[in-house]
Parts: sequence; C-alpha cells; structure tokens
Amino acid sequence: MLAIYKREFKSYFYSMTGSIFIAFLTFMTGIYFMAYNLNNGYPYFSYSLEGVMFIFLVAVPILTMRSFSEERRSRTDQLLLTSPVSVGKMVMGKYFAMVTVFLIPCVLFCAYPLIISTQGTAYFKNDYTSILVFFLLGCVYIAIGSFISAMTESQIIAAIGTFGVLMVIYLWDGLLSFLPSSAFGGMAGIWMMLTLCVLFVYNMTKNGLLSVGIEGIGTIVLIVIYVVDSSLYEGILSTIFEKFALVSTFTSVAENNLLDIGGVVMYLTLIGVFLFLTVQSIQKRRFS
Amino acid sequence: MIEVNGLVKKYGSHTAVDHLNFRIEKGHIYGLLGPNGAGKSTTMNIMTGYLGATEGEVLINGHDILKESELAKKSVGYLPEMPPLYMDMKVQEYLMFAAELKKVKKADRKAEVKKIMKMVRIYDVRERLIKNLSKGYRQRVGLAQAVLGFPETIILDEPTVGLDPKQIIEIRELIRELAKDHTVILSSHILAEIREVCDYIIIISQGKLVASDTPENLEKKFSGNAPTEIETRLLPEKTEEILSRIPGIQKVSYLSSDPGITRAVIETKEDVDIREEIFRAFAREDSALISMYRKQNTLEDIFLQLTQEGGRPHAGNL
Repeated sequence: MLAIYKREFKSYFYSMTGSIFIAFLTFMTGIYFMAYNLNNGYPYFSYSLEGVMFIFLVAVPILTMRSFSEERRSRTDQLLLTSPVSVGKMVMGKYFAMVTVFLIPCVLFCAYPLIISTQGTAYFKNDYTSILVFFLLGCVYIAIGSFISAMTESQIIAAIGTFGVLMVIYLWDGLLSFLPSSAFGGMAGIWMMLTLCVLFVYNMTKNGLLSVGIEGIGTIVLIVIYVVDSSLYEGILSTIFEKFALVSTFTSVAENNLLDIGGVVMYLTLIGVFLFLTVQSIQKRRFS
Repeated sequence: MIEVNGLVKKYGSHTAVDHLNFRIEKGHIYGLLGPNGAGKSTTMNIMTGYLGATEGEVLINGHDILKESELAKKSVGYLPEMPPLYMDMKVQEYLMFAAELKKVKKADRKAEVKKIMKMVRIYDVRERLIKNLSKGYRQRVGLAQAVLGFPETIILDEPTVGLDPKQIIEIRELIRELAKDHTVILSSHILAEIREVCDYIIIISQGKLVASDTPENLEKKFSGNAPTEIETRLLPEKTEEILSRIPGIQKVSYLSSDPGITRAVIETKEDVDIREEIFRAFAREDSALISMYRKQNTLEDIFLQLTQEGGRPHAGNL
C-alpha cells in the first residue's frame, strides 16, 4: 500500500495534475480572500472558503479523473492486480495519495486567518473548523471521483461524470424544494426508489424471481401504509434527502459557526461507502 | 507448482476458455501455443489473478489465486502482452516501485534491482524515462519487473512480439538463463519460437486444450501413420508387382512425376516401418530405387492439424 501511495503521490507532480490542482485552488482562494477579507473587511476566512466551493467542483475532477481510469487504459493495472497487494490496499493507497495532494492547499489555507489577525480580530476557532470541514468535504468528493474513475477507461468521462455528480450535490438544497410534499407524491417517490433498488439487485444477482418478489411485496407494503395512515408520507422525501445535503454541514460551520457532528459522521460514512464501491467495481470488472 | 482445474471464462455469450486443465511442474519451460484468439492471454491473466474465472480454479502451490491471492501471487511474476509500464517514470525508479510492490525487503531492494537490470541489460538506460525507450527496451523493463523478487514461476505472454531478430535471440537466451532456477511459462502463436526454448508444449485452440506433451512425444504420437514415398525408374506395373509381394502394405497410390520415373506413396498400418522390406524386395529384383523417404509429421504439421480441426479435444486420447 505504501509503495502505491508513494508512486501515486509522485506521479501527480510528474504529470502536472497535482501542481495544477494546487495552483488553481490556492489562486482562486487568494482571489476570494482578497475580495472578501482584504477589500471588504470581513473577519471570517470561512466566507472565502464558501466562495471557493464552486471552484472546487471543477478542481476535484481534475485530481480524480485519471486515478483509476488511466491505470486501466494503459494496462498498468495488470501490474498492481497481479502483485501481492489486495485491491482494497491498492484503492486505499491511491485514495490517500489524492487526499495528501488536497491536504497541501488546505494547509496553505491555514495561513489566511493569521493574515486576518494582523489586520484586526480573527476568529481562529471558527476558521480552522471551517478549513477542517472543508477538507473532509473534499475527501468525500475525492472518494466519489475515485469511484467514477474506477467505472470507466476514459479520463474525460470520469471528469465530466464527477463534475455532474458534484454539481448535483452542490445544488442539492435548491433541488430539494422541487420535491413533492403531498402524501401521494411521497409514496410515489419511495416507490421509485424501491424500483431503483430492485433494478440494482436484479443487475447484481440476475435473479428475476427474487427481484419481482421484492418489488411486489414492497409495493403492497407501501400501498397498505398509504391506506392506513397517509399522513406518514407527507414531506417524507425532503426529510430523507435532507440527510444527504453534504454542503449544508460545511455552510453551517462557515456561516453560522455551528458544527454538525452528525454531518461530519455522514462525511466519514460516505468516504467509506464510496471507497468500498470503488473496490467492488474493480472486483466486478475482473469477473465480467 | 501450478494446477489449473476446469477453467472456464465467458465474456457474455462468448466462451474464451473452455474447461481447461493442466499442471505446471517445477523446473521446466512450458510453452502455451495456439493461434490468435485461442485464449492464451486470457488463461495467463486468470492464472496470475488479473481476471477472475467464470468457473474452475487456479492453485499456486496449493493456494487459490482468488481466495488466498496475496500468498499465491507472491510466487508468480507476470509479463503481460503489453508491458505494464508507467511512462512518466524512470527505469530504475519504476523497478524500485515494482520491488516494493512485490514485497522485496527494503535492504535488498537496491541490490536486487541492480542485479536484474544488469541481467536484462537495461543498466545503461536506468536513468531514462520509460516513454523515451524503444519497444525492445520497454519489453526488457517489463521482463525485469516480472523477474523481480525472483518468484518461483515466471509467466511471459508473447515476450518476443515486436522485437528485432537480435533482440529475440537475446530474450530467448535470457529465458533459458532464468529457467535454470525458475519455472517459466511463455505463450506464443509461433511454433518455432516455442520449439526453440520450451521443453513442454501445451497447445490450445478455441479455449480448449488439444494437446500437451514434450515436443518429442508430440512428434512421436502424431507421426504414427506416416506414409513412405519411393521413386524408381521402373514402370508402374512392375513397381506394383514388386510391392504386392510385401506384406503389411495397405494402400499404394501413384503420383505424377518426371517422365520415366514412377513415384508411389505406400501406406501401412500404424507404427509399421516397412522401408527395409521395400529395399530388399527391390534388391531381389535387381531393380534400383532412386529415392525413398518416410514423411514424418513435423511439429508444424501437428500444430496445424490440431488447431484447424475446430478445437476438437485430442487431449483425452493422447
């Protein structure tokens, strides 16, 4: 694992992607810092970080796009997968290399509150917590990017796919307001999610009877609940999807000085889930 | 020792490898031979754990390649068809990385990489970027990577493709050198290549095992019914008369030849050599034979015969 980590980390600087990622992120943060903190005199660096959120959507795919796809295209994965290293360790090595590259601009960000303190009052606790949560959010994004990169052989598809997913996450709160809040709408939404899960199960197991069974029983249960107490479904979709609002954990720190521990746990869980999915998608490809 | 048991690999509805069974014993050079698309690379990819099999298992020293992969992979070095090289790394740096990946002890790493670089003659280019190397050098870097850690078995997929004749000879010498202490398995679709270095041949066609034996045994087994061809200045009628006195002849057919020369192809039962009898029969008649030879099936013929029959398994009756 350490060998892969070291090689991967170095390769980000051979191929310039690492340097470009760091330069892009620090340069854009610098611009926001100049505009918000220096020119307009806001004492919180976290405001600048919030502004950078959108830039981040472009930067992360640059970092993650080649992580697994390039390996597959150039067949170097044959070296990794035939070496005495498990797929899990390989994924971890690569993931930590990307996280380390991302850590560099985050460490640089730590200097900004100090600059603010020379000009007046700085809110260190708030700013450093914001940087930490920003870093964790970045780690989630990188895990998502890794998973998408592991599914394709093309860097471009990986980059665009990652950008698309991150964009949806970024707009999540806004999108939630479009969800139906009526009881019937709620049931329909749950039913659609059930169907998606069943399609996934069918795709994995190719077991028609099992899939139809789950779908049938699930549908009946949903209808029975609707008939018995339809108020349960009211607003259920936004309640569920709010839990996945990743960005709000960061914005609550950055804007309101509130650290949502549940949100941080959510970040860590998602990192685990996406790394697991990355391993699974590599394993699955070997068997198909 | 590697055991391949009932290996099946399906890509959708296409069966690339079809119930393959063979054993690789220690200390030989094995040649995996088959026409393009016979399933050689797929078999090797499964044996090294790069791909998973649809059915069947691969045991390396008793360890399943999928279930105990880290243990099993330790004793195998693999050079795939396309050497798995990182183009943006330098040769030495790449090999140091591969050594670490293959769990070569830190203290021995540098010495071992140096030793192998000298062995495959890439020591002079150790500080060059791999992307600037020629095909031959890249192949050697790939080979060096496979040899790193000196695993028990070294698997090479078409190691000489795309090399010039001089490089081919060098690689062959290297393979022979390696075979002194390691088991080597190499694949090729060129028979001459395999015959040159291997002492055991596994022929596969359309994913099935069609023959596996030493080159000598293969020649012996398939040469059974070799016909004897003679030429004489006698008329065909006279030739026929002489031949009819020899017991054991099953069929005689006459081929067109130069004017005044009779050319006959004599077929016998399997494994009967009647050349001496023919000679004596003609000698008794005081007639001369211009030429006589028994057409042996060469490995080339056997290979063509085996792989053109639509992959009908012969392994059973060998």
